[in-house]
Amino acid sequence: MNIQTKITHTAAEESLLAALAQSEREEAAAVLEHIEDRGLPTRRVEAWHYTDLRTLMRNFPKAPKAIDSEFSSEGLSEMAELVDGFNIGFSNTSHVQGIVGDLPDGVAGVVGDGPITANPVPVKDDYIGQMNSALCEQGAILTVEPGKSIDTPIILAHTCAGETASVLRHKVSVGENASATFIERHHSSTIANHQNVVSNLFLEKGAKVVWVIDQELGVETTRLGQLNIVLGEEADLTILVLNAGGKLVRQEIHVAVNGENSNVAIKGVNLIGEGSHIDVTTTLAHNVPNTTATELFRNVVPAGGKGVFQGQIRVAQIAQKTDAQMACNTLLLTDESDFSAKPELEIFADDVVCAHGATVTDIDDNHLFYLRARGISERDARALLVKAFVEEVFEELDNEALGKALIARIENWLDLNA
Amino acid sequence: MIEIKNLHVKIADTDTKILNGVNLTIKPGEVAAIMGPNGSGKSTLSYVLAGKDDYEITEGDILFNGESILEMSPDERAAAGVFLAFQYPLEIPGVPTMNFLKAAMNSQRKARGEAEMTTPEFIKAVKGEASKLGIDMVMLKRALNVGFSGGEKKRAEILQMALLAPKFCVMDETDSGLDIDALKVVSEGVNALRSPERSFLVITHYQRLLDHIVPDTVHVLYKGKIIKSGGKELALELEENGYADIIGEAA
Repeated sequence: MNIQTKITHTAAEESLLAALAQSEREEAAAVLEHIEDRGLPTRRVEAWHYTDLRTLMRNFPKAPKAIDSEFSSEGLSEMAELVDGFNIGFSNTSHVQGIVGDLPDGVAGVVGDGPITANPVPVKDDYIGQMNSALCEQGAILTVEPGKSIDTPIILAHTCAGETASVLRHKVSVGENASATFIERHHSSTIANHQNVVSNLFLEKGAKVVWVIDQELGVETTRLGQLNIVLGEEADLTILVLNAGGKLVRQEIHVAVNGENSNVAIKGVNLIGEGSHIDVTTTLAHNVPNTTATELFRNVVPAGGKGVFQGQIRVAQIAQKTDAQMACNTLLLTDESDFSAKPELEIFADDVVCAHGATVTDIDDNHLFYLRARGISERDARALLVKAFVEEVFEELDNEALGKALIARIENWLDLNA
Repeated sequence: MIEIKNLHVKIADTDTKILNGVNLTIKPGEVAAIMGPNGSGKSTLSYVLAGKDDYEITEGDILFNGESILEMSPDERAAAGVFLAFQYPLEIPGVPTMNFLKAAMNSQRKARGEAEMTTPEFIKAVKGEASKLGIDMVMLKRALNVGFSGGEKKRAEILQMALLAPKFCVMDETDSGLDIDALKVVSEGVNALRSPERSFLVITHYQRLLDHIVPDTVHVLYKGKIIKSGGKELALELEENGYADIIGEAA
C-alpha cells in the first residue's frame, strides 16, 4: 500500500493551482493533479537539483485573460532596440505589435490562441513545458517558406508590465534550404511578475537559423523559458543567449539532432547580478550519425548572484562520428558569488569525439598588475578584464551588427553591475 | 631622478626577506645596470619599484624626483613616469593590443590632467613607433601578447615604453628569451629612447645585453644588497671571472 502524506502547499503553489483550476486547456487537469500531490520540484528532483523551484518561486500572479488586459505597448517601447527587425510584440498575454500580414516576403504567420504544439523533444521532469501547456494563452506560429533567405531578423518581443503572469507558446518552422534569424527578447517592469515562454523550432533539411534569446528582465521577475528544437538533415543552427536580469530565471534549451550532417552551435553569456538566480539547462540529443555540436557559456557573477549551468550531451548508439564539445567558464568576482556547473555526457556510440570542460576563476592578480603598471586604474583594469572574458563569446559572429549590439548590452550591464 | 634608500623588503605575510638595505641613486639621463646571481633580489627590486603589492617594505624609502612613491599605487606610479618592462609580459586574452595601448595612454593622460588622445592621433603615434621596431600593425589587432613569440612580446614592451614616454624605465631581464637579431632590435629601441631627461635601470644576468645598451654605471646585487658598484668595465670583469670573486670580497 502506498501512503502519501498530503503536502502543505506554498503560496506560489496555491496561486498556481488556482490558475490551473481555471484553465480551459485540456492539459491542465494532469498538471493540476501532479502539483497538488507533489508540489513544485525541489532539489530532490534531479533536473531541478540546483534550482529548487519550490523554495525559490515565491509567487504566481494571476494571468489576465488576453481580452481583458489593457491593450498597451507601453512596456515594449521601454525596450531599447537590439537590432532592426520585424517586431512581433507581446505585452503580458496580449499581442500588441506587428501585424503578421506585414511579415517579410517568404514568412507566413498567425498569432492565435488555438491548440498548442506539443513539445517535439522529450524532456525529463518537464515542469516548464507542462505548466506552459496547461496555462498558455496564445503565441505566434511562423513558417519560413522553403528556399527563402530572410534578411530581416524577426523579433519576438515580450514584456510583463504589471503584477501578472504571461504564458505564451510559439512555433517556428523553417523550410528546406531556407534561412532566417529570430530574436526572442524578454523585458519586464520591476514588479514581481511571472513569465513562461516556450518556443518550438523546426529546421527542415538544409535550413539555416540563428536564434537569439536576449533577456533583460526586472529585478523581481521570474522567468521559466524553454526552447525546443528539432534539427533536420544538413541543418545549421546557432543559438545565442544573453541573460542579464531577472530574479529567478531558468532557460532550458533542448535540441534533438535528428538529421545527419547537421550542426548546432550554442553560445551564451550569463551576467548574474546581486539577487539573481540564473539557470541555463541544455540537452543535446545526437540521434543520428555524423553531427557536430559546440556549446560555450561564459558567466560573470558579482556579489550576491547565483548561477547554474547544466549541460547534457546524449549520443545514441547509432550516432557514430558525433563531434560534441561543451565548455562553461565562470568568473566569480567576489567570495559571495556562487555558481554550480553540471556537465554530463551520456555516450552509447563508440566512435565519437565528445568533451566538456567547466572552469571557475576569479580575476588574475598578475593580469591586473600588468594593466595597472601601464597606468590603467584598478577599476578600469578590472572592467577591461571582465569585458574581455565575456565579450569573446560574441566576437566574430556572421551578423556583425548583432554581435556589436550584444556586446554593447554586456558593456552597459557591466558598467552598472560589476 | 631615483633614490633608493636603505630599502628592506619581505614577501607580504611571510618572514621571507628579499632585499636587505639596497642603496642606489640614479641621475637623470643615467643608465644603471644591475647584475647579480639568481635569487639575489633583482626581479623583486623591479616589482617593488613598479608597486606590486605582493611585497612589504619594512624599512627605507624610494624617492622619485625627491618624493616618496611608496604610498602610490602602480597606476599612479605609471602616470608619474615609472615604467617596468616585464621579464615575462603577460598574455591577456580578449583584450586587443590596440585597445589596451589606447586605454593605457589615455589613463595616464587623464591622471596627469591632460586631454585624451583622439583616435587618429593615437593611430598615427602607434604606426610611427611600431614601424621603428618592425612591428606589423596586424599583430596589434590581436589580443595582448596572446600567441606572440618571445621576441614579439619584448618588442611590444618597448613599443609601450616608446608610446608612454616614461621618465624612469626599469627593464627586467629584457634579454631573456631573445635571439641575437631580436636583441639588436630591442636594444636599438631602448637606445633611441635614451635622453638627458630619462633614466634607466637595466636588470640582466649577462654582459651581452650591455654590449648593446651601454650602461653608465654597473651594480652587483647579492643577497638583497648592492655589494659592488662601478663603471661599465665592472660588467666585463664579471663576465670574465663570474660573481665568486666579488662575493668573496664582500663577505
